[in-house]
Amino acid sequence: MAISEVKNELPNADPQSAEMNDWFEKKFEEEMKKREDAHTPSMAIIATRGTLDWAYPPFILGSTGAALGWDVTIFYTFYGLLLLQKDLNLKVSPLGNPAMPMKMPMGPDWLQKMNIPMPNVFPSIMPGFETTATALMKKTFQNKGVATIEELRELSLEADVKFVACQMTVDVFGFDHSDFIDDVSYAGAASFLPVAQKADVTLFT
Amino acid sequence: MSVTSLNPVVLELDASGLSCPLPILKTRKAIGQLQKGEVLRVLATDHGAQKDIESFCKQTGNALLSTNELEGAYEFLIRKN
Repeated sequence: MAISEVKNELPNADPQSAEMNDWFEKKFEEEMKKREDAHTPSMAIIATRGTLDWAYPPFILGSTGAALGWDVTIFYTFYGLLLLQKDLNLKVSPLGNPAMPMKMPMGPDWLQKMNIPMPNVFPSIMPGFETTATALMKKTFQNKGVATIEELRELSLEADVKFVACQMTVDVFGFDHSDFIDDVSYAGAASFLPVAQKADVTLFT
Repeated sequence: MSVTSLNPVVLELDASGLSCPLPILKTRKAIGQLQKGEVLRVLATDHGAQKDIESFCKQTGNALLSTNELEGAYEFLIRKN
């Protein structure tokens, strides 16, 4: 705001006066409102996990942020890299999730209503334990109208969510860029942090 | 005069049976197909959609003209701004 503009609007005001004070408060509010309206919110998410259950939070929040008109970047590191594979074969292990409150997605009504703590459904040393738990979770999600990870990933990309993979962990785990979908760029911590610094929302998932 | 006679619906989206965040993502896509001032009618069964659609409209600057609880579904009328 130029001094001349102030003089035009308030030709005789004393800088210490209440009138000047009110004028400034009003002007300040207006300018802040303009700035806020012109601002596009942004979100930076770190995705570190590669299991079927933990694949959901970054994709749900990322795609929804983009739907709200935000600029969204998801930075994939460590096991989060598995979410970028061309062929997703994510599994869920009840072993590390003792509180998983799953119900049977099939069978008679009385069975579907029962709460079965997952680790007790099948002995965890039984072969196929993880595959069974994964199948049960997929079926439950499908019954409840929850999108698949493939769907959410596609919707995120369609909505211009930026995918960045951590090159260091790509090297550590022996991945090749050809293992991943095409819409990924590769960078390191020094690229992520400035994005996070400017973001209104940063999440670690 | 009802909301719909003032604002004829030009596009319908049935998001029944879908869970968060699909109703929102599909609403966003549908609004993308509209011209300014046109109205979208969304049906959803997700209980969370009531709050979510309202918040979505507020964030994206579109007008939520009405929210109705029909039998077994929620109905939203959204005007693109």
